[in-house]
Amino acid sequence: MKDTALLALDAAGGSQVDYADVRVIETREREVTTKNGKAGHVSSSESVGVGIRVLASGCWGFAATDDLTRDGIVRAAALAREIARASATARKRDVSLAPEDAHQAVWVSPCRIDPFSISVDRNLGALLAVDAELRRSPAVTLAEGSMQFTRHRQVFASTAGSLIDQTRVTSGAGFAATCYKGGDIQKRSYPNSFGGQYQLKGYELVEELDMLAHAPRIAEEAVALHSADQCPEGEFDLILDSSQLGLQIHESIGHPIELDRVLGSEANYAGMSFLTLDQLDRLRYGSELVHVVCDARLEHGPGLGTFAYDDEGVPAQSTDIIRGGRFTGYMTSRETAGAVGQPRSNGCMRADGWARLPLIRMTNVSLLPGRQSLEEVFGMGDGIYMETNRSWSIDDKRYHFQFGCEIGWEIRGGKRVRMLKNPSYSGITTEFWNACSAIAGPEHWTLWGVPNCGKGQPEQVMGTGHGASPARFRKIRIGSAYGG
Amino acid sequence: MADDTVFDAVCDAARALGVTEVETIEASHDEALTRFANNAIHQNVAERARHLSVRALVDGRTARATTNRLDRESIRDVVAQAVALARASEPDSDLLPLAEPAAYQQPARWFESTAQATPGERARAVSDAIRVVEAAGQTAAGIYSTGEAAFSLRNSRGLAAVHRETMARFSITAMAADSSGWAKASACDAGALDPVALAQSAARKATLSRAPRELAPGRYTVILEPAAVLDLVGQMFTDFSATAVRDGRSFLNDRIGKRIFGGNITIHDDALHPLQSGAAFDGEGVPRRPLTLVEGGVVREIAYSRAAAALDGAGPTGHGFPLPNEFGEAPVNIVIAGGDSTVEAMVASAERAILVTRLWYIREVDPYEKVFTGMTRDGTFLVEGGAVTAGVRNFRFNQGLMELLSNVEALSAPVRASGEETFDMVAPGMKVREFRFSEVTRF
Repeated sequence: MKDTALLALDAAGGSQVDYADVRVIETREREVTTKNGKAGHVSSSESVGVGIRVLASGCWGFAATDDLTRDGIVRAAALAREIARASATARKRDVSLAPEDAHQAVWVSPCRIDPFSISVDRNLGALLAVDAELRRSPAVTLAEGSMQFTRHRQVFASTAGSLIDQTRVTSGAGFAATCYKGGDIQKRSYPNSFGGQYQLKGYELVEELDMLAHAPRIAEEAVALHSADQCPEGEFDLILDSSQLGLQIHESIGHPIELDRVLGSEANYAGMSFLTLDQLDRLRYGSELVHVVCDARLEHGPGLGTFAYDDEGVPAQSTDIIRGGRFTGYMTSRETAGAVGQPRSNGCMRADGWARLPLIRMTNVSLLPGRQSLEEVFGMGDGIYMETNRSWSIDDKRYHFQFGCEIGWEIRGGKRVRMLKNPSYSGITTEFWNACSAIAGPEHWTLWGVPNCGKGQPEQVMGTGHGASPARFRKIRIGSAYGG
Repeated sequence: MADDTVFDAVCDAARALGVTEVETIEASHDEALTRFANNAIHQNVAERARHLSVRALVDGRTARATTNRLDRESIRDVVAQAVALARASEPDSDLLPLAEPAAYQQPARWFESTAQATPGERARAVSDAIRVVEAAGQTAAGIYSTGEAAFSLRNSRGLAAVHRETMARFSITAMAADSSGWAKASACDAGALDPVALAQSAARKATLSRAPRELAPGRYTVILEPAAVLDLVGQMFTDFSATAVRDGRSFLNDRIGKRIFGGNITIHDDALHPLQSGAAFDGEGVPRRPLTLVEGGVVREIAYSRAAAALDGAGPTGHGFPLPNEFGEAPVNIVIAGGDSTVEAMVASAERAILVTRLWYIREVDPYEKVFTGMTRDGTFLVEGGAVTAGVRNFRFNQGLMELLSNVEALSAPVRASGEETFDMVAPGMKVREFRFSEVTRF
């Protein structure tokens, strides 16, 4: 791979370009699913290719190919230069890059149990055991389970002298029980919806999740939701579990702090951001309890946004995004860092494979844990507790959001007193974060993986990480999704 | 390596492992996308890729392995992987033998000028569109993509299904100080697109929606342009699936054969419709059959894969996904019948209504009542006394699709509509009473 990367870098043009970088990527994936006592999807895939990015005539050009012969690489490099020249016909200013040192490194993410060393029949056996447990309840009409494993090796080389060989192994697993009865569909998932939990780990993640132990509760809750009361509509204190709070962070903090979005690059598709440049270091984003970081370093945890170097060859960093409630930072790239006076990119450029251009993407955008106990978070008055995302939607400037969860509970005196079905809440991003009144401590903090974040044209799907503890928010609008 | 040669190599490798039942999918694409923002091209990309996917059947078990390395050794490896995964899988008593050969119609969806479009051609079209928006004192962002894709499916029973097509897409957002407008079109033939006309439409919407008024949430008559219809109504078609019904995850459970929409709603699935795109066969090589999904508001037909059809004693309709999968099938060439109105006539007939260009971030709130939430975006207008009188701040909606499609007062002629929330369809504009806007945002 190193030889291919250097060949591609050489082909990219030397004196014909101002700058070039290449990424040769080899990916191996396995997916195993089960459904109602049977194997659903058993598959493996592998892919290798190269993406070549050149800066010429003040503009970017990018071409990718899976033809890794010398001729194939030379053709792709020539196409990248032709595209850059064509871009120059509709140019307003020359691209300039924040400086970055040359780096030579080999990095492999920690992985205690290679997931590809585990047999498929063992994957299926574990999932089918969960499936059988879920379907012990005859009211469960659909039992689903899944595991996904990926090994992603990338060699990055640039005309600035970097040569970085990174390998990341990620795993994901989870299950869900669906119950259709009497004109109502209810569903419960473990440990999270939309496939479960995903982290930068090996098969040890599957073992840690202990899915079988949680199957009886999940099946029982899916069935019980049919006889639960509808979540009321009105203003209530809201307590969110850490997985739902992770998605709240993703949508209402992670996306708006993407500086390319702020500057208009995504205006046609993903949209822009309410965090215009004049808000930096001024906006009261949240209450004083709210501390949010964007942290790609391994010491933050095994997140889907953890790496050693980003896809521009910039080392992983931690950036304060919200400090004591005040908005303090964006996610940047080498091209955009200067727009906010940063001397250097904070390392957030990522592509979803060899075929796509790196974009500013979330790494691990996390709410740091608070100091309260879980009892204190629940005990600060009556409210509604919601768990596990069911739907999510936010406007194209990331102001107005609405989330639905799989299950809710009425909280009185710090205790769950009544199960509620179809819970939802909505609000304006800054009002919501300013209403944060309690955050549970580090013992309840989990780094969740969102495996399916979409952005860019052509669209790229990226894994991001979001750490959170359960937290409380005062006087939030609840239930309008089902209102009159 | 030629397709036939690859398939022969797969069969040889499988036989060497004692396996005779194999299916291959070979897919390739060569696509380019020119992206612009702030009135300049800022991302400009091209990608070329192909892959081989092999499915093996072994003693009532099946699995799939995929690679993008097509040398002989890699082909042997991917076949060995598919066979090993299949042997490790659980037997499936419902697994069918491979599909038998069939005859296919070949829709003409490949255009050389689109396949050969150059970066320079795209840049010129983009520059022309940007000039239109700049002339209006606005800022343009968007994409122009062109490319070709090929797909072939073969199996060891002699089935061979081949499809290739080109596709071009142009999308533009025009932004003014406090408003925006959007337009998008797609076609197999790039020559059918008119980027300048799309830019003019987007700029006009941005101009008309400036200084937006904030209206109270509530029930409004809405006029949904075809892209808004597509992105909202298009959310329900994965439920028109026999497997989804069997799993209890479809809103059509206990509703097939019943009238659940208004009498003016008729929806077909038709792979050969002249405004459609895609192959005329499904993921197992079964020819796609036209379906009448909804007729006069009554749910008539749903899609069946071969496996779902065998379980229900029905015939396959040619809508199955490649196996193995847990989702079964879905209609993917939707044609929503229109009416004799136009969006302009709907506006002229409205005393008070909201005209919606586009919807955004649509997600399911309730799976059985088929309630969806989302936002309006890039051109939302107040209509009063038969004319657009102002732009309005964007709304959040929470709207059930059965209620929506029961409240349609007028339909326009269907067009090939293109949005961002679901795949392209043939859809009309609709005037709908009692649409529920639940909240309003800040812009």
